[in-house]
Amino acid sequence: MENYMKLEILAKSENEGFARSTVAAFALTLNPSLNELSDIKTAVSEAVTNCVVHAYRNGEQGKIFIECTTQFLSPTEGVLHIVVKDNGCGIEDVERATLPFFTTLENEERSGMGFTIMQTFMSDFSLISETGKGTTVRMSKKICAEERAEQRERADA
Amino acid sequence: MKIYANKRGKTLQLKLVGELDEHSAKNARRETDEQADNFIGVERAVLDLSEVAFMDSTGIGFLIGRYKKFQRLGIPLYIASPSQSTDKILLMSGVYTLIPKI
Repeated sequence: MENYMKLEILAKSENEGFARSTVAAFALTLNPSLNELSDIKTAVSEAVTNCVVHAYRNGEQGKIFIECTTQFLSPTEGVLHIVVKDNGCGIEDVERATLPFFTTLENEERSGMGFTIMQTFMSDFSLISETGKGTTVRMSKKICAEERAEQRERADA
Repeated sequence: MKIYANKRGKTLQLKLVGELDEHSAKNARRETDEQADNFIGVERAVLDLSEVAFMDSTGIGFLIGRYKKFQRLGIPLYIASPSQSTDKILLMSGVYTLIPKI
């Protein structure tokens, strides 16, 4: 573990932008490309939005816990590990929840694409949920500086 | 998020400026729909996404909702100039099959 941070915030929609920007800023030590950074921001936004929208009901003011660690594999390669956790209502059917376009809030213009985006944009993804206890999303993103050098060469050519 | 409406000929251009997430979607929804109601009679509407600095899956829900709204008004809707990251989300979710990119 090279670096670590923990963020504890209220599950309010105002905090969505703060959470994704903070994680993106933390990731900068891994020297990510703009595309990698954008993938990280989007995935964090999805996880945090789920906590805001789904985890806490009936006006309950819950919290979201975000932990990040950076790991360096080689001078040009690193991994950002992210955990987004809530102590909310949990997900009844985890398998169904991760299906593309599945949403429990059909009347609210929700896309049901949150978990699909997290899975697609990140290198690793896992979801653990217990009804009445809460949900934990773990994601990691491999950051590869060599790929970026190739991209730059292509852009220069 | 701010929405700027601009009518050119028979085209209504709606420019979205800012970050489109769960927090900003409610206002964006209301403002876009108000503009749609203000400009009844246009032959098409274009959502200019060039100034959308961030969008997550809430944006997909927002766009599909607007597609339905404009369909009810009988106005074809298009998307213009998404950023690379917005484009990635819209492609993977199939939004362009409902709202073509021009």
